[in-house]
Amino acid sequence: MADLAARPALLRTARSRLRLRPGQAGVVTAGLVLVVAVVGSLLAPLVWPLDQSAVALDQTRSAPSWAHLAGTDDLGRDVAHRAVYGLRVSLLVGAVAALVATVLGGVVGGIAGTLGGRVDRILMRVVDTIAAMPHLLLGIFIVAMLRPSLGAVIASVGLTHWLSTARIVRSELLSLRTRPFVDAAINGGAGRRRVLVRHLLPHVLPRLALATTLMIPHAVWHETALSFLGLGLPPHLASLGNMINDGQGSLLTGAWWASLAPGAVIVVVTLAIAVLAARWRDRLDPRVRAELHL
Amino acid sequence: MTRSGRLAGAGAVVRRRLLVAVPVLAATSIGMFALGAASPVDPAKQYAGAAAFTATEENLAQIRANWGVDDPLPVQYLRWIGNLVQGDLGWSTSRHEPVASVLAARAGWTLLLIGVSLALVLAASLLLGALAAYRRGGLFDRALRTAAYAVQSMPVFWLGLAAIAVFALALGWLPAGGLTDVTATSTSWGDVAHHLILPVGVLAVSQAPWFVLFVRDAVAESMRDDHVLAARARGLPGRTVLFGHALRTALLPFLTLVGTHLPELVGGAVLVETVFSLPGLGAVTVAAAMGSDFPLLAAITLVTTAVVLAANLATDLAYAAADPRVRLDG
Repeated sequence: MADLAARPALLRTARSRLRLRPGQAGVVTAGLVLVVAVVGSLLAPLVWPLDQSAVALDQTRSAPSWAHLAGTDDLGRDVAHRAVYGLRVSLLVGAVAALVATVLGGVVGGIAGTLGGRVDRILMRVVDTIAAMPHLLLGIFIVAMLRPSLGAVIASVGLTHWLSTARIVRSELLSLRTRPFVDAAINGGAGRRRVLVRHLLPHVLPRLALATTLMIPHAVWHETALSFLGLGLPPHLASLGNMINDGQGSLLTGAWWASLAPGAVIVVVTLAIAVLAARWRDRLDPRVRAELHL
Repeated sequence: MTRSGRLAGAGAVVRRRLLVAVPVLAATSIGMFALGAASPVDPAKQYAGAAAFTATEENLAQIRANWGVDDPLPVQYLRWIGNLVQGDLGWSTSRHEPVASVLAARAGWTLLLIGVSLALVLAASLLLGALAAYRRGGLFDRALRTAAYAVQSMPVFWLGLAAIAVFALALGWLPAGGLTDVTATSTSWGDVAHHLILPVGVLAVSQAPWFVLFVRDAVAESMRDDHVLAARARGLPGRTVLFGHALRTALLPFLTLVGTHLPELVGGAVLVETVFSLPGLGAVTVAAAMGSDFPLLAAITLVTTAVVLAANLATDLAYAAADPRVRLDG
């Protein structure tokens, strides 16, 4: 009983020591989670090397224990160990695909926003149409064309996720174009390129960076969904989606950890990214408070 | 203006939307055809499957000639689109039957899954979102938002597997997959409904966060509107103010956004169907992708896109019918 009463007090002291406002505890936790995830997945090959094709058929589907923190799967492979490598792949694919989508969306939105007029109308119509296609189906279509591989997955995510970026960049540029400082620059003799690079781009870049960050969770979900369907990375490679897919059989025999543990990794890491991005958006645009205080 | 007066422009809007939608769908189909044609996969070998290793070159050439896959691409495209317009969707090479019969046999189950889930999500999100907005920053509001953000980061297939582990395996309340009991000899609606509880619930829960958060924000916004404040000032009960005034104002913009969220729902349905082994379009889509069955993939993508565009048009017309301020001449 004494323990329970002491805990909030302890939490309060910790908060006051770190000078945290109530909402910031979530942000700090999310930051820590993300740092651990990124550093862990970068260092994994040095610290905890994994033989991707190794199996241990004498210890299949063993429950979580100190030897195997998240148990083993139907081939006796350590789930926690493979999940670290799965996260590595997911973060890599997520970051690269988000970058591809950002470049694509930035270029399309940039052209539409600076040229305006008919070009803008046509490009936005194209964006609207692609937005009407279920992007998982489109992603499946792209993977089917290129045959499942790392490159195909990145292309599949990148080519289906640039629409929101294009819209953001376009609307930002359209609203900036009419601002007095742009008129002033043009009257001062600045050319089209100079206005774009020196006056418009610095306003758009923070938003673009935020859009990229917000896209990483979506890219990770898309990648795991493709792998889960068997259309992502080669099956022997440890990816979070592959592991959830492989674990389905074990799950039905009661070994729930083989599927649910890798999924929990996705949930924790993508939630951490979302919490941080929401705080960032609050800073960038105080009018639209996301109110994500966990 | 009367309601019929407001909808007078509807015909023109439909025509204008079609004028845009048709070229767009045509461009989409060309794009997909080009992608399919650029694929390194040999359709004849794919069709023959394992037999491709033993088949003679003449046999493979015969298959190619039958399908005309060696013709120039524009010729192939025009033939495909010509057949499409006449209602012939082509031949599914992965299922060895016409694409139209694959769609006819399976689209119904996918539509049922999506339809019931959507109805459930709409009802739940309107109720929960409005309740959360009533006391902004209150305990219920914070709990609901935290739950929404947590669920939002759960992949739907993982949620499905977790639901199976809990409700089908640990508790044994509901079946883990399929549409009917293994022992059943015919499909009875009660049996099907029993099997659909988990898939529908999982799809609804996974889609709910976006809807709940949107309703919550929109209602919170309209709680500050003049007419809502006036209703409060007149001393109307909180329930009447919330559901009769604030929610009603927030409802219309919400309904148009539902249409834009449909593609998400379709993607979710594909994954849920895979988890619960339902005989909808999801499983055949995946099989078609693995077997490079482009006629089937292209047809599924085109048909769903057309359905989404039609749904968007329908919500816009409904909006115009319901909101006197919206005119259809824009």
